[in-house]
Amino acid sequence: MFAKCFEMAVSSVLSNKLRSVLTMLGIVMGITAVIALTSLMSGLTGTVTEAFEEMGMESITVSITSRASTKTLPIEDVEELMDENPDVIAGFSPTVFMPAYMKDPEDNSTISSTATGINEQYLSLKGYNIEYGRELTYLDIDRQMKVCIIGTYVAQNMFGGDALGQTLQITGTPYTVVGIIEEQDDSTEGSSDDVIYVPYTLAMHTTKTNTISSYTIYATSQDTVEEAETLIEAMCYKAIGDDDYYDVTAMKSMAESITEILDQMRLMLVAIAGISLVVAGIGIMNIMLVSVTERTREIGIRKSLGAKQRTILSQFVMESAMLSCIGGVIGIVLGSITALAAGKFLGMEVLPTVNSIVISVSVSAAIGIFFGFMPARKAAALNPIDALRYD
Amino acid sequence: MPTPLVEMKNVYKIYHMGDTEVHALDGISMTINKGEFVAIVGQSGSGKSTCMNIIGCLDVATKGEYKLNGRSIKNYSQDELADIRNKMLGFIFQQYNLLTKLTVLENVKLPLLYAGLKESEQRKRALKSLARVGLKSKAGNYPSQLSGGQQQRVSIARALAGDPSVILADEPTGALDSRTGREVMLFLQQLNREGNTIILITHDNSIAAVAQRVIRITDGRIVYDGPAEGDLTIMNQHGAGEESVDDEKAKGAT
Repeated sequence: MFAKCFEMAVSSVLSNKLRSVLTMLGIVMGITAVIALTSLMSGLTGTVTEAFEEMGMESITVSITSRASTKTLPIEDVEELMDENPDVIAGFSPTVFMPAYMKDPEDNSTISSTATGINEQYLSLKGYNIEYGRELTYLDIDRQMKVCIIGTYVAQNMFGGDALGQTLQITGTPYTVVGIIEEQDDSTEGSSDDVIYVPYTLAMHTTKTNTISSYTIYATSQDTVEEAETLIEAMCYKAIGDDDYYDVTAMKSMAESITEILDQMRLMLVAIAGISLVVAGIGIMNIMLVSVTERTREIGIRKSLGAKQRTILSQFVMESAMLSCIGGVIGIVLGSITALAAGKFLGMEVLPTVNSIVISVSVSAAIGIFFGFMPARKAAALNPIDALRYD
Repeated sequence: MPTPLVEMKNVYKIYHMGDTEVHALDGISMTINKGEFVAIVGQSGSGKSTCMNIIGCLDVATKGEYKLNGRSIKNYSQDELADIRNKMLGFIFQQYNLLTKLTVLENVKLPLLYAGLKESEQRKRALKSLARVGLKSKAGNYPSQLSGGQQQRVSIARALAGDPSVILADEPTGALDSRTGREVMLFLQQLNREGNTIILITHDNSIAAVAQRVIRITDGRIVYDGPAEGDLTIMNQHGAGEESVDDEKAKGAT
């Protein structure tokens, strides 16, 4: 009987193609919106997560904001913490930011950039490999050697590629390029390839500061980030005494809170698209009600021939569920195409998730059944005599 | 004595229209046995349609007893009535009432489908039934591709498909021209000779004259029940019968 109802629903849907298509349109639009939005949002989440992972999900940044206060976080404290907790903390580096003005070799205009003062551990902690030359050494740090390590963009831009051993003038001081980091991104301005690293001691000297206001500390793994964060907080509190004067930020928790915001955004977008699905469902209900009225005589004939109420009911419910499901499938295809096209345009990796597809299909079936039920019940309850007399 | 197929005892059908009671059927009693060809005749508003609805289990009596094939039709739900219609009754309607979106074969299969028969069995029986009305070759056509007479024969095939105890024909010639109408009547007579019980509902005396027995209903009461030849109205109008056929013809032409 089920197969027969299905067959009847198919022939009914096919026999009035224009109306079927118009009825489906709402569902198609709704599902297209849901699929496209969720796909784009997961693409965005993926891109953001990737960006965070690139920065290192194990990293924790400490910045001391107490300019006025004399209290600082001495480097010895951080060293001690690392030595005491080798299972939790993998390494650290001070990060001293130093304004860097350079002359563009092409038109002699001034390039304003930033160099970062680091120690000998930083690059390997960050997972950067040196393609040419060497890393910074303890000696460079200790003796405030005027050396620097640069990214591929800087190498390209300032020296046309062959930068190793050349002298880079930063704010009037000559630095010897001792290492070039292998390409991380796409060698464009502002990317992770547009970087200059110098010994932090030298950066402090240049910026005339005696205290280090920022550290990057690495946990041994993503699992120990929370523990490390707690230890660092405690250390900072002990050294500075007021938690208004420092910030401890774990990349992982930042990533998590951003992902959370993105998830909420996705939920909101889906909810908005969901409203259109409800409207589409009401559209289906409308058309089915019209269809029941139009087919009153047919229902009467079927009933006079022995169709039971539930047979009529399932025939009509099946019909609306089918309309809705076909609409859903078309919506999934269109939504995926839209998402892929938009992803290509935005340069994002976008893939419709299996989850969203499964949910869309079930939601459209549910809409069809839910909104088809009322008209179907009306059809099933028709009195055969009245229905037969109906013109 | 065998159980009568249709047995009505003092059946009333009362409608309430505001404060007034309308007695569509006002104490009707009749017995129809297997193999009979009965015409229930009456003007419109006489109650013959109500009578058909009750015989056809499309409706139930307000008062009185109705037995179909010995089974009392009372206190049944819509679904149970549907089941009884499906198993015991075959309907032939004035407007053929074929489903236009289904093929001839699918139309004939419909009552068998609702009876829950297997697909192969449905097909076999439906084709057999179509063969009986001589339309087996049109099985794959749609009703709209057939003439009126052919469509009515399809609806007869549909009525026969379930092998019902009673065939109820409601104005079967009403929408046909007189020649095709006569053919349909001849066909019904033949079915009757083959042993089918046929109840014909009509307002047309000339059509009723084909039946062996006439039950005339006026104002919800039976005013005559006996052989067609004994019905004065039919006899009186016998000459006028031709006129009536002309009426039909005129109707068919418009």
